[in-house]
Amino acid sequence: MSGERTNGSIVELNNVSKQYVRGKEVIKVLEGINLHVTNGEFVAFMGPSGSGKSTLLNLIAGIDSPSGGTIKVNDQNIQDMSGPELARFRSVNIGFVFQFYNLLPFLTARKNVELPLLLTNLSGAQRKKNAETALSTVSLEDRANHKPGELSGGQQQRVAIARAIVSDPQILVCDEPTGDLDRQNASEILELLDLLHRDFKKTVIMVTHDPLAAERAQRVLTLDKGQFEGE
Amino acid sequence: MKYLQFVWMNLFRKPLRTTLTFFSLFVAFILFVILGSVTVIFNSDIEMEGGENRLQVSAKYSIIDDLPGSYVQEIQALPDVELVTHATWFGAYYQDERNMIPLFPIEPDTYFAVMDELTISDEDYERMLSVRRGMLAPETMAEEYGWQVGDLIPIGAQIYPMNDGNMTWEFEFAGTYSAGQDFGAILVNYDYFDEARQFGRGAIGWLIVKVIDSDRLTDIATQIDKMYVNSSDPTRSAPEAEAFRQFMNQYGNIGLMMTGILSAVFFTILLLTGNTMSQSFRERIPELAVLKTLGFTDTRVSIFVLIEAVLLCLIPALVSVGIAIPLGSVVGVLLESMPFGFPFAIQASTLYSAIGIAALLGCLIGLIPAITAKRLSIVDALRP
Ligand SMILES: Nc1ncnc2c1ncn2[C@@H]1O[C@H](COP(=O)(O)OP(=O)(O)O)[C@@H](O)[C@H]1O
Ligand SMILES: [Mg+2]
Repeated sequence: MSGERTNGSIVELNNVSKQYVRGKEVIKVLEGINLHVTNGEFVAFMGPSGSGKSTLLNLIAGIDSPSGGTIKVNDQNIQDMSGPELARFRSVNIGFVFQFYNLLPFLTARKNVELPLLLTNLSGAQRKKNAETALSTVSLEDRANHKPGELSGGQQQRVAIARAIVSDPQILVCDEPTGDLDRQNASEILELLDLLHRDFKKTVIMVTHDPLAAERAQRVLTLDKGQFEGE
Repeated sequence: MKYLQFVWMNLFRKPLRTTLTFFSLFVAFILFVILGSVTVIFNSDIEMEGGENRLQVSAKYSIIDDLPGSYVQEIQALPDVELVTHATWFGAYYQDERNMIPLFPIEPDTYFAVMDELTISDEDYERMLSVRRGMLAPETMAEEYGWQVGDLIPIGAQIYPMNDGNMTWEFEFAGTYSAGQDFGAILVNYDYFDEARQFGRGAIGWLIVKVIDSDRLTDIATQIDKMYVNSSDPTRSAPEAEAFRQFMNQYGNIGLMMTGILSAVFFTILLLTGNTMSQSFRERIPELAVLKTLGFTDTRVSIFVLIEAVLLCLIPALVSVGIAIPLGSVVGVLLESMPFGFPFAIQASTLYSAIGIAALLGCLIGLIPAITAKRLSIVDALRP
């Protein structure tokens, strides 16, 4: 199960379960999840609302912890990591794209993109340069000084993608990245994710409702009631 | 530094809200520094030169009330009393009605004997005794107004007209004395004053009683007050240093009042700023979760919140302190020109307290948001 590296598994889940306890009620959200994602792969999770897609994605991204099982990402077992270890893990390995962009409204596009770099030792000038490079990757170099409120939804999501890639993480984790966008903008975002996967060799793990979005993925896994269909 | 810039931008995310909060804090801290300095001055032991063996006897209910002149002989007759003198509040102004100056009609022979910290040259003293309309002024005051011996000085009266109804008295400058203190009054001959005033003849303002044994000061005070308790002019006697403070406290218990005002101000400010802070904190809970997602640790995020709260209070406090120093000298000049004015200066201790209070206030209002920020779970905060 271990040993393989380049083009081996970058994400490995074994018998992962997640439950929430609310008062006396135990809500089982995920059960017996096994998953291998190859380095550089583009995977999509589909499934009905409430089936546990986001929860699964959050576990992989290290922003939530499993109730059982093991999660190995980029050769690190993250299920037992402490809070600060997980924070460090995320800053190095994960780029997160949310459905509602989640940019900071009072910062310009460039400052938003720079945020993850505050955690590095880069100089101010270097941070600025890297942020501009990331913005030009998403074709928004001319909007660097705009605040999120001055950008369209599609543009905001592109800024969010620039923020996700600026510190060059290996894995991009996207939770319904096109869920709030119209067709045209959605397809531009998907184009961009495709590009990052193809040309920048990023591993992309995406949750989506949209069959057209799922088409971009090399592999589509369907979740139902906390389990992968067909398992 | 890079983080500070980030916190700074957070602080000013709603510039109007932040500016308003800054402004109210700024006003509060200015108030604090000025009133706080007054309090420090009032609470500090007012240094009295001499007077350890003196009582001041004034009308029981108000220092403004008169006492019968007969009290002088009666108190002088008490066994432990060495010498009694008296003074009266004239209510004088010079040149301009707003320019109030203390002026006391007194009897020079007993007055200078009792107030033994006052110094006067024999020459000036003799002149004062021989010139009926004579007046003495503290050296500093005489210098300020350029009074020369023999000058006739017109003095406006707010209380006592002269026999002919004239509210302007004329005194002849007879010389100077040294008060050794900031608080110096013009002295005129009581005999002349009493004869020339239209009403109130025979009354005096207060008595100053020098006792033989200073250990018996309070006993004698009690004894005097007992003598007059059932008369139509009861007295209040107190050691002089104490009397001075009571005199100051005619304005009310200033120290207590100031502390009350300041506490109310800061309590309000605490609620206001706390409310602003928690409001702006609630708005950005999802943002804090985003920061955590990006890899900022729980501790770091909570420190951002705390520092922002501290800056919210500290910045206006620092501005207030910066402005209070020049403002204080203006207030000082104003206060000293007032009738019951007292020397005023911004107290350094108040400036330090202002900064300390600001930091504390910031920590107080930032504490709960910071703890909440630290505990915030990303998943919960980002769930729609
Ligand atoms: N923090 C939580 N507390 C309680 N229940 C939760 C929590 N997070 C998710 N759930 C529940 O887990 C289930 C799966 O949620 P989620 O992973 O968001 O589904 P999806 O993204 O597939 O729509 C839902 O029934 C949801 O109500
Ligand atoms: Mg979801």
